[in-house]
Amino acid sequence: MLTKKKIKARYLSFNRNVVIAALLITSLALAGCSTKASEASGDQLGKGLVTLLNVSYDPTRELYQEYNEVFTEYWKEETGQDVTIQQSHGGSGSQARTVIDGNEADVVTLALAYDIDAINKNKEILNKEWQKRLPNNSTPYTSTIVFLVRRGNPKNIKDWDDLAKPGIQVITPNPKTSGGARWNYLAAWGYALQKYGNDEEKAKEFVKAVFQNVPVLDSGARGSTTTFVERELGDVLITWENEAFLSINELGEDKFEIIVPSISILAEPPVAVVDSVVDKKGTRKVAEAYLEYLYSEQGQKIAAKNYYRPRNEAALKEYSSQFPQINLFTIDEVFGGWSEAQKVHFDDGGVFDQIYIKQ
Amino acid sequence: MSHTVKSFRIKQHSVIPGFGITMGFTFLYLTLLVLIPVSMVFFNSSSIGLVKFWEIASSERVLASLKISFGTSFLAALVNAIFGLLIAWVLERYTFPCKKIVDGLIDLPFALPTAVAGISLTTLYAPNGWIGKLFASLGLKISYTPLGITIALIFISFPFVVRTVQPVLKSIDLEVEEAAACLGATRLQTFIKVIVPELLPALITGFALAFARALGEYGSVVFISGNMPMKTEITPLLIRTKLEQYDYAGGTAIAAIMLIISFIMLLVINIFQWWASNRHK
Amino acid sequence: MAGVIPINVRRTNQNKARERTLQTSKVIPIFLTAIALIFFILMLIVPLVSVFVKAFEQGAGLYYAAISDPIAFKAIKLTLITISIVVPINTVFGLIAAWAIAKFKFKGKNLLITFIDLPFAISPVVAGLIFVLLFSTSYGLFAPLLNAWGIKIIFAPAGIVLATLFVTLPFVARELIPLMEAQGTSEEEAALTLGASGFKTFLFITLPNIKWALIYSIMLTAARAAGEFGAVSVVSGHIRGLTNTVPLHVEILYNEYKFSAAFAVASLLTVIAIINVIIKNIADWKIKQQTKI
Repeated sequence: MLTKKKIKARYLSFNRNVVIAALLITSLALAGCSTKASEASGDQLGKGLVTLLNVSYDPTRELYQEYNEVFTEYWKEETGQDVTIQQSHGGSGSQARTVIDGNEADVVTLALAYDIDAINKNKEILNKEWQKRLPNNSTPYTSTIVFLVRRGNPKNIKDWDDLAKPGIQVITPNPKTSGGARWNYLAAWGYALQKYGNDEEKAKEFVKAVFQNVPVLDSGARGSTTTFVERELGDVLITWENEAFLSINELGEDKFEIIVPSISILAEPPVAVVDSVVDKKGTRKVAEAYLEYLYSEQGQKIAAKNYYRPRNEAALKEYSSQFPQINLFTIDEVFGGWSEAQKVHFDDGGVFDQIYIKQ
Repeated sequence: MSHTVKSFRIKQHSVIPGFGITMGFTFLYLTLLVLIPVSMVFFNSSSIGLVKFWEIASSERVLASLKISFGTSFLAALVNAIFGLLIAWVLERYTFPCKKIVDGLIDLPFALPTAVAGISLTTLYAPNGWIGKLFASLGLKISYTPLGITIALIFISFPFVVRTVQPVLKSIDLEVEEAAACLGATRLQTFIKVIVPELLPALITGFALAFARALGEYGSVVFISGNMPMKTEITPLLIRTKLEQYDYAGGTAIAAIMLIISFIMLLVINIFQWWASNRHK
Repeated sequence: MAGVIPINVRRTNQNKARERTLQTSKVIPIFLTAIALIFFILMLIVPLVSVFVKAFEQGAGLYYAAISDPIAFKAIKLTLITISIVVPINTVFGLIAAWAIAKFKFKGKNLLITFIDLPFAISPVVAGLIFVLLFSTSYGLFAPLLNAWGIKIIFAPAGIVLATLFVTLPFVARELIPLMEAQGTSEEEAALTLGASGFKTFLFITLPNIKWALIYSIMLTAARAAGEFGAVSVVSGHIRGLTNTVPLHVEILYNEYKFSAAFAVASLLTVIAIINVIIKNIADWKIKQQTKI
């Protein structure tokens, strides 16, 4: 056995060694981090060069890829400054989460206003009045919810009613995590309210019947599209209009058809400048211009080309052939705005949980 | 457990140098990179209070996800225990062509990124995939069902049982088996009465390791599971979902539950291994 | 951990003839081997092959385009940078920890080993989450510091490096501990009594003894660092060309309907995995040779 003295001596030397080891580790860690820091700052300090980070949701990949190129050229012409735009895509909710946790987005372009509001949940990162800063509630383009079915529409799906029929497999993402899925859900709910004369209980039954037909609940809109298109699962995909067009273009017109329901929701994906970030990075001017340019004729045309419904009349006219006429209701009209809809339907214990969990 | 720990004793006099510095460094590095970060989970979930914690832990959806995670992981570990034992046996006792290559490839799931395993397995087992097609014609769905999750978990935890059983199988004296045979035991009797007891500790260790690994798996499962709450939502995915709903407290609380489970499992495995390897001494 | 447990290898000289006397019939071995091989092929070989088949489905041209794409290139670069930071640090840690644990006896050894194992058993999502809880600028423990100094850890390469450090921490240590324990301390003690310094003893006695296991565990650490998905995906922020690693790039391509491209990039990672397995086998063979002598 060790004597007490020896143990004590060992502990003392142990302590000294801890200090040495601590220094070792810190220097290792610093060596690791400092290379990162110099790399990052090098980007920002270059003269006449500015970097923007656009944190966006899933289906806008193609839109912003094209828009970023055009805007970069435009900005160079206007100011002589080179702007590099970095893109990040993912589920709308998870993207907002990264901004909350410190992903330094100069602009956010998400699927729904609720997710941008949520960024402020813990700490005010952007101005509370963000939605009033740009025209049309800060939504430069809109979209709606349509159905994608297999070629020839073998299950003869015409309208929302058909989705609630037994034996039909419906593919939609999870409304708890996907912005697009929330629009899907609300569109179905709005249809049911109209059909049953605003009877909330009947609407609940109807939406429940639709969700009983859902065999796979992916976490994001893109996941659902892949399930439907690539895995060939399900009879109908409820999805963004632009996403439906994109699948047809990417994967062949001979495989799918778009079905336009009798009534749907006006989906308004909003955009906003993240104040705390642009003020820190000194990028406010270019970030604001980036979003404003979305409203320009050029920006609107790019949106239309990527199957987002433009706000601009001229652009809408030019691309009118690709946007079918649908009866659209807004979330404010039927649900009293996003925060209300979120609270009633999608929060834990809300209507969606009731109809899905208690199946 | 406590008396086994007590049997450790600092070696009375060792000429090997560097215990202080190496132990200090190990301790510090672990503290910085493992203990502090991991304790954050408990720190954060303790701030919500026990009542709320219990409420989250016992909510239907969390329980369902734990059931799915435990069920599929257990099943996967069980399949691996059976087939792992079989493969180890075949590799050690029989000869066949390409044996070396088969033996070598056992470790592949360790090195293959889980995301790659995920997309590959999903593509294979989807109703229009190579293997999924066969089962689809029988009316059996694999991708997007608990069965699909189980298959992904079998894949990622495959090497454990084979690699823990193999060395023990190698070390069992053939003479013992021969003796049993001479005494009139049938091959099956020998296997059950002589070999299985020898293998059991390694088999249990392999099973437990596979189980622990499968429980936390995320990358391969998200692709194949279909992510349906109550049906195919594994616990790690639920944590992610909670975060995405800005429910940090909920996500962290579930993370804390998972952490405790993995820690206890690991500790038990390590003590069991130590006990098993000291049994004969 | 990597399935290695200290088992005293007291293998008798295998005598094939003797073995044969134990096998009463030929049917059972063939039957068992067939089942084992079918399971092996279905579970391991088919998924592996399918990666390459899918990758080349649309021709070698598309394959090349997918892996030489500038964003893919940046993802590869980030992954390589991550490996080059993570592997040396965790190797140093692994060596030191293995020395402390394998060469000495002390109380609480099992507990310490359990802590080293912990990152391996923790779900990658939880591994990502703990770094969010530390470094989130709103919720994190270090939020005030990060905000005051304007440092970004998560959603920057530093966060990816940290998460990968965490996830790959156990590999070197856990590969070396059983081997060093089995080798004992007698050789080192001899060198030390002959007057060699501790460091020299380590360099010229211990290191050659564990050389091959070390090489393999370094490779394994590198492969796991290159392939980590769950933890990195939580802390990455998915910024293209900046915080996208190779596995995340695979997911992005997969989500962009570029399935062949996704499998093309995935096949790169698969090749790394296969190389890894080959090195592991060489290492095993060398270790066996070493222990024989």
